[in-house]
Amino acid sequence: MKIKKAKRDVVVVGGGPAGLAAAVSAKKEGAPQVLLIERGRVLGGILNQCIHDGFGLHRFKQALSGPEYAQRFIDDLESLSIDVMLNTMVLSLDGERRLLVSSKDGLMEIEAGAVVLAMGCRERTAGALMLPGSRPTGVYTAGVAQTLINLQNIMVGQEAVILGSGDIGLIMARRLTLEGAKVKGVYEILPYASGLPRNIKQCLEDYQIPLHLATTVVELHGSSRLTGVTVSRVDEARRPVPGTEEFIPCDTLLLSVGLIPENELSREAGVQIDPTTGGAVVDDTLMTTVPGIFSCGNVLQVHDVVDDVSEEAESAGAHAARYAMGRMSPADTYVQLRAGKGIRYLLPQKVSGQMDFVLSARVTEPMENKALVLRDQNGKGILRKKKIRLHPAVMVRVKVDRDRLKGANRIEMGVE
Amino acid sequence: MRKTLVCVICPNGCHVEAEVQERGGRLEVLEVTGALCKKGERWVRQEVVEPLRTISSSVLVEGGDFPLVSVRTDSPIPLDSIFRVMDEVKRARVRAPVSIGQVIISNPAGTSCNIIATRMVNPA
Repeated sequence: MKIKKAKRDVVVVGGGPAGLAAAVSAKKEGAPQVLLIERGRVLGGILNQCIHDGFGLHRFKQALSGPEYAQRFIDDLESLSIDVMLNTMVLSLDGERRLLVSSKDGLMEIEAGAVVLAMGCRERTAGALMLPGSRPTGVYTAGVAQTLINLQNIMVGQEAVILGSGDIGLIMARRLTLEGAKVKGVYEILPYASGLPRNIKQCLEDYQIPLHLATTVVELHGSSRLTGVTVSRVDEARRPVPGTEEFIPCDTLLLSVGLIPENELSREAGVQIDPTTGGAVVDDTLMTTVPGIFSCGNVLQVHDVVDDVSEEAESAGAHAARYAMGRMSPADTYVQLRAGKGIRYLLPQKVSGQMDFVLSARVTEPMENKALVLRDQNGKGILRKKKIRLHPAVMVRVKVDRDRLKGANRIEMGVE
Repeated sequence: MRKTLVCVICPNGCHVEAEVQERGGRLEVLEVTGALCKKGERWVRQEVVEPLRTISSSVLVEGGDFPLVSVRTDSPIPLDSIFRVMDEVKRARVRAPVSIGQVIISNPAGTSCNIIATRMVNPA
């Protein structure tokens, strides 16, 4: 079989919010040939099914729905005449930035000057939870239910229980209610909600949907269709507390229990993965540990706000373009960044000190009236940000001026 | 009387406190604290008197490359009118092509909003 061959300056893998912004930015930075590869039949990725509003508040100063937000970038992409391959799967990627892609036209090998990974993430499924009980139909991940209801006009059930208080679960609680289903309750194993506070208010409280914290589903019932679930309180170690079980009749269980960055391609290319984020280890240009391969969006770290994804992807796209055009001078030394007290992770994991950058972080638990403090290897304070409220559900994004890094070779961020 | 509310305007989700007083059967907001922006302050003043929300849903499309078009209200509507508006949204049909911003229903359930399309649907 003859395989077609092609060369491109920048190849972006994934046509969701991150890929769209990265491709547009790479082109604007001056990369002559930018190619965007998307496995689905339309661009926009997850935004197509996120029909609720609230996207673009930061960027466009408007509360857009997901499809509207995506369309703004698709319009930019078209006006810049960026090449797009739809219905196309990247089968492999190696450390020399060679991609093997499959489309209805057959296989193609593409040599890329730089690659931007923007594959997004997938949902943690029922199988990963190892729920005791039967295996009836009626158990969906929240995102699959969202696809069925919002894009395919298929109603998933009439009486639902939602496990996990992530944003998609909360959004779906409201969506099911508006579509006439009864949502019996949202159950969260942690002692606090995982979703944004505004979604607790406008998706649950507005519709009197109860949120049960430190409670989880411990058994599924039903032979062909789900007939109910047993829920139980859990202790601090998240173990079910005997005697607190309650049977909740329902025909539908939605799972909103976490997202997993889809890094199979990244691993194959030899990209080092951070075990905490599940995404690539990157520097301040968002370049991974493999030269010329960049990462952004939910495949890099799971975001809560799409505006942040776009910002991150624009940075990755611009740096990828500069790399492809030979305009990036590699750093000879890096300042290492470390998560200190109260911080679950920091991103980027290392910085060159040559440019200003945005530091992303998540805290380990909800906290009030604290400060986020950056200190160098000698304990000297570099940056201090007061925060009235810190919550694991809300990603912290801090702009760091490169001048503040002078003399540092290791930086730690902690909550004080 | 003091009320604590979570602002729904943006992902900050400010916990806002409002000093509220009842006068002649109507609630009146005397003071708002804890909002990080002016919009949030306005939102609280409105929320105490009459909560407003934007809602999103989808409408059946005839002859399109997608079976549904996503829609939303173009301005916030009273919280207690949502289910009446949804009844009209559920009954609506639209023929492809549909463009972003196209008005699908005007003034549903007597509200002053329009239901507008939020995605493009091409003819099949």
